[in-house]
Amino acid sequence: MTKKPLIRVEGLAKRFPEPRGKGMLTVFENLWFSVDPGEFVCIIGHSGCGKSTILNILAGLDRPTEGVVIVGEQALDGPSLDRAVIFQSHALMPWLSAERNIELGVASRHRDWSAARVKEHARRYLSLVHLEGAEAKKPAQLSGGMRQRVGIARALAVEPKILLMDEPFSALDALTRGSLQDEVLSIRRATDQTIFMITHDIDEAMLLADKIVLMTNGPRARIAEIVENTLPADRQRTEMHRHPNYYPLRNHLLEFLVTRSRELAGGVGAEKANYRSPPIVRPVAGETRANGPTDAPTTLVSQSTRSRPDPRRSRPAFPRLVARGDGRTAVLEGSGPPRRNRPFTETQPRGR
Amino acid sequence: MAGSQQLKAAIVSIALLVMFLLAWQVAVSGSGPTQTLDPEYAKLLGQTATQGKSAMPGPLDVGAKLWEHLRSPFYDNGPNDKGVGIQLAYSLARVLLGYGLAILLAVPLGFLIGMSPLMSRALDPFIQLLKPISPLAWMPLALYTIKDSNTSAIFVIFICSVWPMLLNTAFGVATVRKDWINVARTLELGTWRTAFKVILPAAAPTILTGMRISIGIAWLVIVAAEMLVGGTGIGYFVWNEWNNLSITNVIIAILLIGLVGMLLDQMMARLQRYVSYAD
Ligand SMILES: Nc1ncnc2c1ncn2[C@@H]1O[C@H](COP(=O)(O)OP(=O)(O)OP(=O)(O)O)[C@@H](O)[C@H]1O
Ligand SMILES: [Mg+2]
Repeated sequence: MTKKPLIRVEGLAKRFPEPRGKGMLTVFENLWFSVDPGEFVCIIGHSGCGKSTILNILAGLDRPTEGVVIVGEQALDGPSLDRAVIFQSHALMPWLSAERNIELGVASRHRDWSAARVKEHARRYLSLVHLEGAEAKKPAQLSGGMRQRVGIARALAVEPKILLMDEPFSALDALTRGSLQDEVLSIRRATDQTIFMITHDIDEAMLLADKIVLMTNGPRARIAEIVENTLPADRQRTEMHRHPNYYPLRNHLLEFLVTRSRELAGGVGAEKANYRSPPIVRPVAGETRANGPTDAPTTLVSQSTRSRPDPRRSRPAFPRLVARGDGRTAVLEGSGPPRRNRPFTETQPRGR
Repeated sequence: MAGSQQLKAAIVSIALLVMFLLAWQVAVSGSGPTQTLDPEYAKLLGQTATQGKSAMPGPLDVGAKLWEHLRSPFYDNGPNDKGVGIQLAYSLARVLLGYGLAILLAVPLGFLIGMSPLMSRALDPFIQLLKPISPLAWMPLALYTIKDSNTSAIFVIFICSVWPMLLNTAFGVATVRKDWINVARTLELGTWRTAFKVILPAAAPTILTGMRISIGIAWLVIVAAEMLVGGTGIGYFVWNEWNNLSITNVIIAILLIGLVGMLLDQMMARLQRYVSYAD
């Protein structure tokens, strides 16, 4: 019944020698999380908490100081065509045309293919991202959005098992970003691609992700909690804000970024944290009632994603959720009861 | 707009040339008989002393002589009288040979240095020491060991063209953007594909800059080298005509050396444009 995770991150840590002195600077440590097949996971955290480092480790471009990443059954060792990366700065080869950029990866994936077949395959992916007619253009002749599209096509064209994206749309204007998000969403729905993505944009995470990993500020960053997306699976960018769960989810993420990520920084509360299974939070709409510390039991929604079948498929639809609640559907695992007026979250006592 | 600018520049260039030629002509033309002399004695002294005419040929003399050279550039009347075309061909052949050998060594070695910080550090002291040596200082050593003047000249060209190419290749390879290397790694391109499909095109503009500098230096050095080794070549021609006191031929040689150097540079510039990319 339990689906095996595709990626398991176990006890990951990254340390750099300090610029002065003999000590080591811990960027993050004790990171545990997993990504199921077909799942879309976003990671959010402030600048410098080590998100790019995590992604580079997943890509095999960087090595962790401690811990392992297991993909499928094997410990990860070096880059692979099975894990395609979409870089923040598109990283297209400027001397190659859009099409040739894509062919580079395709030819590497299928060494036995004829040039014509490689070309045809590359064209198919160019049209997937709606770039027909731009085949012969060099990256310098494309707009920022078009370049990022070529980057996406290059990654998808090698048909990877996992797509890794490092703030892929952050350099784009809002309109372009929106249309690219829609495109990723539709590609994703069509292909069931497993995706791991870094973002700074809460709305982007809410639109795209099934699961949002929240990191505390560095140094010594850690995973504070994992938030499940409680919006319906067929959400649309233009419609999703009407859903009753939209604001609870959004406020929870925002509050984390604005205050809690800072309060938990530098390993505060770390001694109480259960690293191996970080708290899983499902912010949903519900009446905000002031709960006493012990009365009204909190609805424990889930202990761990691992104990459930594919969360994306089994995520309860919105009406079911409301019906089931006693008005206090909020939730969490682990210690402390919900704080007053903060029914959705509070997963651990704050550090002091 | 840009077109008219170009036209104006061309007009100014031509005007400057005409002014220069006129001034040259005026400066060398005679100012009439300076004093009355015994005709026999005057004959001995020559026109320089007797008519105030300069020994320096005027542009018309040079033009006439140049025309003569261009009409039969490839004649060969023995070791001391060869067409200027033959001499240039000798020089070009030496330059291209030495330069080609330098490419064969400098580009792969530069790649190695650029890719490996260890090799970079290990070879750095040698390069730093060898680079500032005037290529002509190698000449006696080359003559002694190689025992052939022609090969020695080629060696000197080789040694002077190697450094700019080596350093530029190493620099270009070492500074290839990390992102591109990472893309190559995630696409599992492998060492050779990465080298030829990513690093080489990425570093090509820098490498070509080195090659352009090198061909310039090589063309500078060949003239001096041929003056030393003698026999053939445009450098030898210059020296030979100086010994013949034929200033006209020396000026013609200077003009041709400049012209060929310019053409070589233009060729490299074209190649450079071909491999450059807008980022
Ligand atoms: N080579 C390095 N040497 C020393 N410190 C490093 C090195 N690379 C990264 N760091 C440090 O690791 C930390 C995390 O870097 P990383 O790029 O992963 O952050 P990030 O979360 O992706 O930030 P951003 O949101 O700004 O992209 C930073 O504090 C950075 O200073
Ligand atoms: Mg980053």
